[in-house]
Amino acid sequence: MAKVKHDIGIAKPRSSLNNKTGSWRTEARPKFLQKNCIGCKICLLICPEGCITGEAKNTYNCDYLYCKGCGECAVICPKKDIEMVKE
Amino acid sequence: MAEAFKTLFSPGHTACAGCGQAIAARLVVDTAGANTIIANNTGCLEVFSAKYPETAWGVPWIHSLFENAAAVASGIEAALKYLGLKDKINIIAQAGDGGTADIGLQALSGMWERGHDILYVCYDNEAYMNTGVQRSGLTPFEANTSTSPIGKILATGNLRPKKPMPEIAFAHGIPYVATASVGYPQDIQRKVKKALAIKGPKYIQIHVSCPLGWRHAPNLTLDVSKLAVETGLYPLIEYENGKLTQVRKLTKVKPVEEYLKSQGRFKHILNSPDAIKLIQAIADSNIEKYGLIEKKA
Ligand SMILES: Cc1ncc(C[n+]2csc(CCOP(=O)(O)OP(=O)(O)O)c2C)c(N)n1
Ligand code: SF4
Ligand code: SF4
Ligand code: SF4
Ligand SMILES: [Mg+2]
Repeated sequence: MAKVKHDIGIAKPRSSLNNKTGSWRTEARPKFLQKNCIGCKICLLICPEGCITGEAKNTYNCDYLYCKGCGECAVICPKKDIEMVKE
Repeated sequence: MAEAFKTLFSPGHTACAGCGQAIAARLVVDTAGANTIIANNTGCLEVFSAKYPETAWGVPWIHSLFENAAAVASGIEAALKYLGLKDKINIIAQAGDGGTADIGLQALSGMWERGHDILYVCYDNEAYMNTGVQRSGLTPFEANTSTSPIGKILATGNLRPKKPMPEIAFAHGIPYVATASVGYPQDIQRKVKKALAIKGPKYIQIHVSCPLGWRHAPNLTLDVSKLAVETGLYPLIEYENGKLTQVRKLTKVKPVEEYLKSQGRFKHILNSPDAIKLIQAIADSNIEKYGLIEKKA
């Protein structure tokens, strides 16, 4: 009997990490100054890409392989410790 | 390397820069945690999170049609119940406003009426974004969309007000109904946590700005969403067991113009005091209806 291939569209968990959306940035990228950061975590919480990491104050940063440069982290940071700089 | 990101909704998805729905979806799944199964209607979220053969999800997640996440989730819930596993696993059904208030309303009403233990989340970006910004039942009054364009003679946008989805959910007698906004991320976390601790059908509708469809800069997503709440146009409310239990009070109510002028979809009415008056009346009636202002004793 012929073998039937069951391709029902199952993808590997979190395989989107293969997709480096950082190449989408056209204008600016965030620079995490790590000077006045109070570790409030809000930038990490609201990054649409989920590409910000950090634990304690002045350790927050983003992964430019994925950051699309939306600039929301810079707008929300209560300490203005994230600056958008030209690509 | 992947483990650097402590999220169940991974980077590498293909949402537009600054997408409000991407922010809210991550907050929802990360609050629910790893023991969660998600059924997703068709729409931007489904498309940008699951560009086959890739997926951003770190939990079991299924997509089948535009209208049936509530029905698929009902089946998953029944199966888990049969296996004696339901108490250990959260089930979430989720969709956009079109998938929820229009084509998916029948499946959703069935899910509510049958009493399934499921959290349904509607990401309300107020139009069919994935197919090019067509109006939905949740598009607000006067918004310019591709199917409610500004006419040459009748210079108006969408002619109808928003469908009252929270009240339609409430009328089904379900134990928990809430609205939320991506402008208030911690409030989303609180409501999802609360909902998942309640047995039975739950409905949370999250206002999520869409920079592309609403026409604003991608770094203003949270600010724009916040303005909708601060003007009274998007009241944040909770219904529990048939009663309005909590509302986010407004300390200073902002005039609706502040919200309208933040987005290109309302540009055509900025010079039309009559249209603005009608929208202010919607905000005023929300403020009155839900008691959004603390009454002085
Ligand atoms: C039965 C059916 N009709 C139409 C479509 C095309 N379609 C795909 S997504 C979509 C709009 C989704 O809008 P919404 O639910 O608001 O989600 P959004 O994309 O705005 O997040 C439409 C019309 C479809 N997939 N299936
Ligand atoms: S610019 Fe946008 S995508 Fe990049 S780190 Fe900041 S919030 Fe995330
Ligand atoms: S928002 Fe600013 S202060 Fe808060 S953790 Fe991020 S960088 Fe630090
Ligand atoms: S069109 Fe809007 S909802 Fe869709 S991915 Fe872009 S910003 Fe998000
Ligand atoms: Mg929509």
